[in-house]
Amino acid sequence: MHNKQYSRSYFHNIIRKVYFFLNDRLFQGQCSMQPPSLPVLVLELLIFYLSLQYAWDASEEYLFKAMVAFAMRRYSNKETTQISNVLLCNMTERVSFWFVVTDSARNVTTVPGSEVEAAIRMNRNRINSAFLLTDNTLQFLKISSTLSPPIEPTVPVWVIVFGVVLCLVVAAILFLVVSGIRQRKKNNNESAETGDLEDKCDTPVTTENGIPCDILDLKAGQINGVYAADDERFTPL
Amino acid sequence: LLSARIPNSSMVRSLDIPEVLKEDDRPKWDNKFQYILSCVGFAVGLGNVWRFPYLCQIYGGGAFLIPYVIALVFEGIPLFHLELAIGQRLRKGSIGVWNTISPYFGGVGIGSLMVSFIVSLYYNTILAWVMWYFINSFQEPLPWSACPLNGNRTGYIEECHESTAVNYFWYRRALNISSDITDNGNLQWWLVLCLAICWAIVYICTIRGIESTGKAIYVTAIFPYVVLTIFLIRGLTLPGATEGLVYFFTPNMNILKNPRVWLDAATQIFFSLSLAFGGLIAFSSYNSPKNDCEKDAVTIAIVNSMTSLYASIPVFSILGFKATTGYWDCLDRNIIGIINEFDLPDQSIMRDNYTIWFGFLNTTHPKKIASLKLRSCDLQEFLDASGTGLAFIVFTEAIILMPGSQGWAVLFFVMLFSLGLSSMFGNIEGILTPLLELHVVSKSVPKEVLSGVICLVSFVTALCFTLRSGSYWLEVFDSYAGSLPLLIIAFFEVTGVVYVYGIKRFSDDVKWMTGRQPNFYWQVSWRIISPLLMLTVFIAFVTLQTQEQPSYGAWNPKYVCRPIFLIHLFSKNIVTIFSYLLMLQN
Repeated sequence: MHNKQYSRSYFHNIIRKVYFFLNDRLFQGQCSMQPPSLPVLVLELLIFYLSLQYAWDASEEYLFKAMVAFAMRRYSNKETTQISNVLLCNMTERVSFWFVVTDSARNVTTVPGSEVEAAIRMNRNRINSAFLLTDNTLQFLKISSTLSPPIEPTVPVWVIVFGVVLCLVVAAILFLVVSGIRQRKKNNNESAETGDLEDKCDTPVTTENGIPCDILDLKAGQINGVYAADDERFTPL
Repeated sequence: LLSARIPNSSMVRSLDIPEVLKEDDRPKWDNKFQYILSCVGFAVGLGNVWRFPYLCQIYGGGAFLIPYVIALVFEGIPLFHLELAIGQRLRKGSIGVWNTISPYFGGVGIGSLMVSFIVSLYYNTILAWVMWYFINSFQEPLPWSACPLNGNRTGYIEECHESTAVNYFWYRRALNISSDITDNGNLQWWLVLCLAICWAIVYICTIRGIESTGKAIYVTAIFPYVVLTIFLIRGLTLPGATEGLVYFFTPNMNILKNPRVWLDAATQIFFSLSLAFGGLIAFSSYNSPKNDCEKDAVTIAIVNSMTSLYASIPVFSILGFKATTGYWDCLDRNIIGIINEFDLPDQSIMRDNYTIWFGFLNTTHPKKIASLKLRSCDLQEFLDASGTGLAFIVFTEAIILMPGSQGWAVLFFVMLFSLGLSSMFGNIEGILTPLLELHVVSKSVPKEVLSGVICLVSFVTALCFTLRSGSYWLEVFDSYAGSLPLLIIAFFEVTGVVYVYGIKRFSDDVKWMTGRQPNFYWQVSWRIISPLLMLTVFIAFVTLQTQEQPSYGAWNPKYVCRPIFLIHLFSKNIVTIFSYLLMLQN
């Protein structure tokens, strides 16, 4: 899981919470200094930083405002949203703040949450890449991002490998079976030939007492029944 | 000398003239090295990689070596020597050997044949799983590294999300396991294909008996050692490796008071050396009679044990690496949770002072800490794994963390496959050789057909393991078919040879073969110690089995447990229970 991949890194050390504050009620271009008691669409943003690639300062906030304004412009196709329409509230040391998007055309009322949500969703990847983050490191609570599907090749890889292995196996079996049959034919031919030779030459096989002579070359020797029974009588050497 | 030319009276009885004439008919090994490699390959199997390190670790590290060595010396090596000697002397497979010793002992041979058949059924299924993972290792990224997305692509599949991606891939994508052994489901076609390939490969390698296995064994027996060395080097260079090794080897002498340790050591040695399968008898029957089987037995048994030890080093380095990584993740997540909750400056809590901070905050703000639901990070939890759990879950997870994961995955699974394949050769030989002797088929039918029939019948029978509940069946087979029968057969082997065939006759046979009379150690072991040890192990085993309810670990995605992180722990425990019940031999 991607979360795990990031937390697996030995360098991440900061969580910044950006509270993306949307509401349909008036905020009149001002930040209230307390947490909103109104039922609001609070989007919580969790950012895991891989490493401290940059410090979060006023310039980064400016970029954030610019990205949100850009998203609103793209979504509504009106070029009315200004950076000044986006307000950050309640800045703290660890960079948690709230966000409000106002609409200057409509007398400083806030933009409906659903619109902002849709705008963000449309331009998610642009916002992510501006901050060198991804969908998983920049999470909006209410906006469930459509995760990009993994690249699926037209033919799954495992089918290719399986095909290769199967072909090798079938080829090996055929080779072995055919070579076995050929070997057998050769043996049959050879034994037929030697059989013919024997019939022709008719070499006598020397035997002695019914035992062929070549067997007598065994190291163990041949047991002559006459003497075997008398073994115990002889003193061992 | 006259005595050299006249064979003594005992040899008169035992040397059978027609047998000597038949010497040329029997196939034989191309050279001694092939025979040794085959026996080593048969003995060294999957259990050396995933059973021994686990046992060593749960039974007090280095202290486990004491019962292990004692079992090796008094049970393993004598039985091993006995099987090799009897096969080499009587030059027959298991059925022929036991029928020769006494017609009443013919059942031992048939028992060996049946056990070899049953074990080869499920052993090759494990190889089919390995093959499936191997085939899937060529993807980038590895399919078990990330959870797949759900239907509307808004998140991950829930079953995967609740557990881990690796668990999900194993239980769902590989096995497609059902939650109950009675719920059989259908055949899983991908497993059927993999199983077919595995049996085809086994057929290729055993097509002409030892003529073909003798050639294949050069690769399948040596390759695992190469890969183990590579993993050893890689594993030792990973961070956290030393923790794993220290944890593994730290001896805890108190554990020796537990009789379970001794029982497990005895059974481990027994299964690891592949005794009582009939395969060793078959292998040694193809030797020339004048072969030093005593030296072979000692060599092979020691090589097997050394391999177990050698394999446990990379296994535990990599497990240590994975455990350390997981432990650091766990700590980091907790640290972030605490920092967010208490709004502390970053970098205030680091991994090394986490426990101090946690203790302090727990005493000052216990409610807040409790509401965070922090997971307790325990290094040990990540290190407890064995059996298929070790290979398919823990190790695959560790491989994702290493750079170049595809290569490592491919290497690992090919190593497992060749380890298992060389053991399969012994199993198949234990089936093929007795069947050839029983003359079930006429002489005109070539050996290729017989081995083909064996492989085909085994494949069709093993299809039951590719059902959705297949892995439960496999576990049942392994626990109950692959353990107790072997103990019984081995006990009867020892008593049969020592007391029915006659220890004097047997010692003389060994002397004829090796040139020296078996010394005091062998005599005492064969006559007294080994049968007694076998009997004790058998009784203890039966007693322990009857005390527990037969059970199996199940994977149930519908199992509801709060809080959610416990499901992760539960699934990890399932893996541990699952693999603990899975006592794999070899």
